[in-house]
Amino acid sequence: MHPCDLIVVGAGPAGLAAAATAAEAGLQVVLLDEQPRPGGQIYRDVDRVAALRGGILGKDYAEGQALTAAIRRDGIAHLQGAVVWAIEEGIRVSYTRAGQAAQVTAPRLILATGALERPMPLPGWTLPGVMTAGAGQILLKQSGVLARRAVLVGTGPLLYLIAAQMVRAGTPPLALVETQTRADLMRANRHLGGALRGWPYLAKGLAMLAELVRARVPRHTGASDIAIDGEGRAEAVNFRSGGKARAIACDTVFLHHGVVPNTQAARSIGVPHRWDAAQHCFNPVVDAWGGTAVAGVFLAGDGAGIGGAHVADLGGRIAALKVAEELGRLSADERDRRAAPLARQRRQQFAVRPFLDAAYPPYAGALAPADATLVCRCEEVTAGDIRGYAKLGCIGPNQAKAFGRAGMGPCQGRYCGLTVTALLAEANGRTPDDTGYFRIRPPLKPVTLGELAAMEDGVSDAAE
Amino acid sequence: MASDYAVIGGGVVGLSVAYGLLRRGLRVAVLDGGDGSYRASRGNFGLVWVQSKGMNQPVYARWSQRSAAQWADHAAELAELTGRHLGLRQDGGYDLHFSDETLDQQVANYEILKAKLDGDYPYEVLGANALKREEPQIGPKVAGAILHHQDGHANPLRLLTALADAVRRLGGQVLTGKTVTGVTRDGDYQVVCSDGTTVGAGKVVLSAGLGAIELGAKLGFRAPVRPQRGQVLITEKLPKMINRPSLVARQVDEGGIQIGATNEEVGFDDRVTQPGLSGLAAQAVTAYPALAKAQLVRSWGALRVLTPDGLPIYQESRDMPGAFLVTCHSGITLSAAHARVLPDWLEKTAAAPDLEVFSEDRFAVS
Amino acid sequence: MKTASPFLELEAAPARVRVWFDGEPLHLPPGANLAAALLAAGVAVFRHTPVSGAPRGPFCLMGACFDCLVEIDGVVRQACMLEVEEGLRIARPHEAEAGRAPV
Repeated sequence: MHPCDLIVVGAGPAGLAAAATAAEAGLQVVLLDEQPRPGGQIYRDVDRVAALRGGILGKDYAEGQALTAAIRRDGIAHLQGAVVWAIEEGIRVSYTRAGQAAQVTAPRLILATGALERPMPLPGWTLPGVMTAGAGQILLKQSGVLARRAVLVGTGPLLYLIAAQMVRAGTPPLALVETQTRADLMRANRHLGGALRGWPYLAKGLAMLAELVRARVPRHTGASDIAIDGEGRAEAVNFRSGGKARAIACDTVFLHHGVVPNTQAARSIGVPHRWDAAQHCFNPVVDAWGGTAVAGVFLAGDGAGIGGAHVADLGGRIAALKVAEELGRLSADERDRRAAPLARQRRQQFAVRPFLDAAYPPYAGALAPADATLVCRCEEVTAGDIRGYAKLGCIGPNQAKAFGRAGMGPCQGRYCGLTVTALLAEANGRTPDDTGYFRIRPPLKPVTLGELAAMEDGVSDAAE
Repeated sequence: MASDYAVIGGGVVGLSVAYGLLRRGLRVAVLDGGDGSYRASRGNFGLVWVQSKGMNQPVYARWSQRSAAQWADHAAELAELTGRHLGLRQDGGYDLHFSDETLDQQVANYEILKAKLDGDYPYEVLGANALKREEPQIGPKVAGAILHHQDGHANPLRLLTALADAVRRLGGQVLTGKTVTGVTRDGDYQVVCSDGTTVGAGKVVLSAGLGAIELGAKLGFRAPVRPQRGQVLITEKLPKMINRPSLVARQVDEGGIQIGATNEEVGFDDRVTQPGLSGLAAQAVTAYPALAKAQLVRSWGALRVLTPDGLPIYQESRDMPGAFLVTCHSGITLSAAHARVLPDWLEKTAAAPDLEVFSEDRFAVS
Repeated sequence: MKTASPFLELEAAPARVRVWFDGEPLHLPPGANLAAALLAAGVAVFRHTPVSGAPRGPFCLMGACFDCLVEIDGVVRQACMLEVEEGLRIARPHEAEAGRAPV
């Protein structure tokens, strides 16, 4: 059996940086990732794609190659296509790879599971042709596939990034339907001082907006009453903006109103989470190193709180330094000496966040959807159903799940959890913290009974 | 006096009793716990089951039969009242066997029980071929099954929802998110909660599952119940492939295959484990080989509420007359009896069933 | 189904292999992300939900939403987590068995 000091789950910027830093310090690392090639979502398939479409995707994307290069070294076993479905004490991680279930154990675990798009339930969001903006970017990045007639709906910098990339690729979106208002921007200006410390970030945003203006991409701001219309697939976006009802015919809709930490794995092992009112989501409770209340478990990257790729990279390094010190490979002094500049850079990177949170708040119509809107895509449960369960005494999402199946489908509540908590909190007049969240259990991702049953005859070891 | 009864515990047992009392015109308040409380009602297997129950206590076998026989009316009444359909199917269930030896032994046991029940134990033995005709997906390693015609299954979560709805529709007062800390008596009973809430009632029913371990003594009960973990699996929704339920697997009305269950003495640990999942999956795949390709989408560990002999406890407190302990681990099967028969026992009517064998006196240290 | 895809491919694939979707042959780039390749080939509806029968297609393309489920070799899997391979026989989940509609 191969000795393993540290398991890292996720090969995005945080996981890659953590694995490389830990291996440099002499740790034996097993890096588990669902994707066939490293990079996570932000640097998806960067080693193959940067040369092909680097011009469209931009310089920031190509930077990911430095991270992927750093894990091609001794001390790191990178298991691609490994889908983690259970984490238990020990620390024992069960996963499926190439149709076979296997396990790996180690004294330390860094979860770098990244972000999910904030659920954006609105009428018609389950129609074929409606995707997340992240999905639109993944199509472009990994596959060079571009929507011919797309409308971008929602708010936030990612919307501008994908729009700019579509412009560069020669097929601009038909329009941006943006939900933020002028009042949001005025409120955000209070945070401009902090944001200016993150000046390069703002400059990039302004440059992207300029690209959209030059390409004459129509922008509708302050949009409300958004609904996607279509017979069996998306055919139009209907909304109100500037006091008028509008409709834009299209084939594809990309939705986005921010990203939230992907908390499934951390919740499944009991890491406490707390509601973050500014970011409208639950964040895991972590210390400055990414350490959690669960022994031996660290979080890094967007899964520890949204900060973006650079913050994720820094967080991965910081967590790995702490693990290396705990396992006796670094002195505490050396750890602190190396972590100090990383922590300083991280603070600077975070400086822009309050401005962005205020300028691009989530779309209110999707935080509290109308009764008829589906909130649980898997089990097809509506917002009205959830409000009805509140009337039947459901003070939290687990009783509501038992009553109405929201969160019981294969996505395990990833795309309805925050909405169900918000609806129950509102209906019961309680806070999101008091309302709580789904109890997340294995399997974190579906696994076949055949794969599970085969483990009865002896579990194969990851690193064999 | 605000209520005739305060029912402590808003799971299937407590709500069934509350519903039964309400449908007789009594006033009832239910005190229920929080979203994260241990809730066997959310984790059970959903069988409405007779076979193998009360092998050593025919009164329990009869009590289960009596409840199963009333389940169709119970389900129909709840559906009419709430519009919620419970997915009840009562066309028999299997005890699957992987060897002729265990099958023969179980048949011998059933014959003894059948005699004690005056022959009212309608089962038949299906050999491998006969079983294959009934269940085309059954695997070659299954030696045979006992098909018991009084067995069936229902959607237990919809039962829970329907009861929660029905209790409210009949005017029951339900307080959720409560932690009951004590019960005092000053003429009426006062049920006291940690947040300062008090509920007054003439009588009290303690049906708090594992909560009875702490609360029982305060009402003069021994309440010797313990948790036993059962891990349960459920697959993606599949086309119809299993006709009748068994203790190994059943296909729920929504299409998923539910696979159960472990019996683990691990205290208040309700987590699922990889060995637990794998063991259950292996058994299910042996019984139904086609399940090897099915995706497991959900699993859970729930804590059964078990007495030392596995039978229910129905007990009135000697220290506090009018306070009752009602606890069992077959809350789904017994839901109909708890709603339709138990109120006679609580109210001491002429129709009251004789539940003496379920007194907790049977656990007295002599 | 295959005509007038709402998606275009930026580069012409150097090679194509044959797969089947719902019994129809499609020619897709080997090694490509299966969900993306199916979308580019004009497949919009990957599955129908077992609850209401509503049509669904890819939503997140990162393995989280389970809306791009397809059936291959009797196993229901996420198309966005698979790569195109010669000869794949892809069906909408549990629709291949004629007349065996979801419960």
